[in-house]
Amino acid sequence: MTDMSYLDGNMLDGPLRELFAVDLSTASGRCENCGMLGPMAGLRVYSHAPGLVGRCPNCSGVMLRLVRSPDRAWLDLRGSTYLQVPMPLDQPHPGPL
Amino acid sequence: MSPGFQGRPRSAEPALPPGQYLTQDFPVLSAGPTPKVPLDTWEFVITTETGAEYRWSWDELMALPQETPTVDIHCVTRWSKRDTTWQGVSLDTLLDGVDTGAHYVQAHSYGGYTTNLPLDDLRGGRAWVAHTFEGAPLPAEHGGPARLLVPHLYFWKSAKWVRGIRLTPTDEPGFWETAGYHDYGDPWREQRYQGD
Repeated sequence: MTDMSYLDGNMLDGPLRELFAVDLSTASGRCENCGMLGPMAGLRVYSHAPGLVGRCPNCSGVMLRLVRSPDRAWLDLRGSTYLQVPMPLDQPHPGPL
Repeated sequence: MSPGFQGRPRSAEPALPPGQYLTQDFPVLSAGPTPKVPLDTWEFVITTETGAEYRWSWDELMALPQETPTVDIHCVTRWSKRDTTWQGVSLDTLLDGVDTGAHYVQAHSYGGYTTNLPLDDLRGGRAWVAHTFEGAPLPAEHGGPARLLVPHLYFWKSAKWVRGIRLTPTDEPGFWETAGYHDYGDPWREQRYQGD
């Protein structure tokens, strides 16, 4: 049965822009549960909930939870091993650490 | 009849918790896909802090004494619904004979959801494993086959698709409680977020 109760991860762009200076709409994330690397825009986002829940499109594991109160925000990324963010080549960078 | 006076005076309605509004429908809130749980494999299990397990199959749950509470429910997303009628088994019945010194529980669900509550809040005729809503089997989108029903707390504590409770010596935050929501969640004290 097709589950139509979620939105695609593009809808996270606005809510995450509140928290991050970088544009995460082009970022990728690795699922802690199944290991799949994919665009954050490909997450399945359940928004009819007390917060936003972003799930892996492969295994349904929870990769992101974002809760917003009037004066605070909580971002839980424990289900994401990492975020991979594209960086501009024409910008000075620190090189390997 | 005097013009300007219509309907029931507002004072006839009992107060709602602060920040809530009444709704007539029953919004579906969900943090993930709706699990499909066949009744022949469904179970409810109470796990104590020592690892002892008390299990009920669907038929065994149905054979226990049933109650039909009519309660108001309050969602942290600010809707409240009055006079909802349920059928289910009281947690008093399920906890009767369970040997524990724990003070908290973490409820867990088919699909992976969790939420934490003090054990005392599941006792005293205030909590049920509910399987029937308004006289019909609880629909899957509202937590069927069975959900926890703890109407004196915000409704995220009433875990849908409940599979069991773990009795824990300490309060272990669940799915929403680890992401900013309150560990207790009393709607009358508007305990929505951590620190409220």
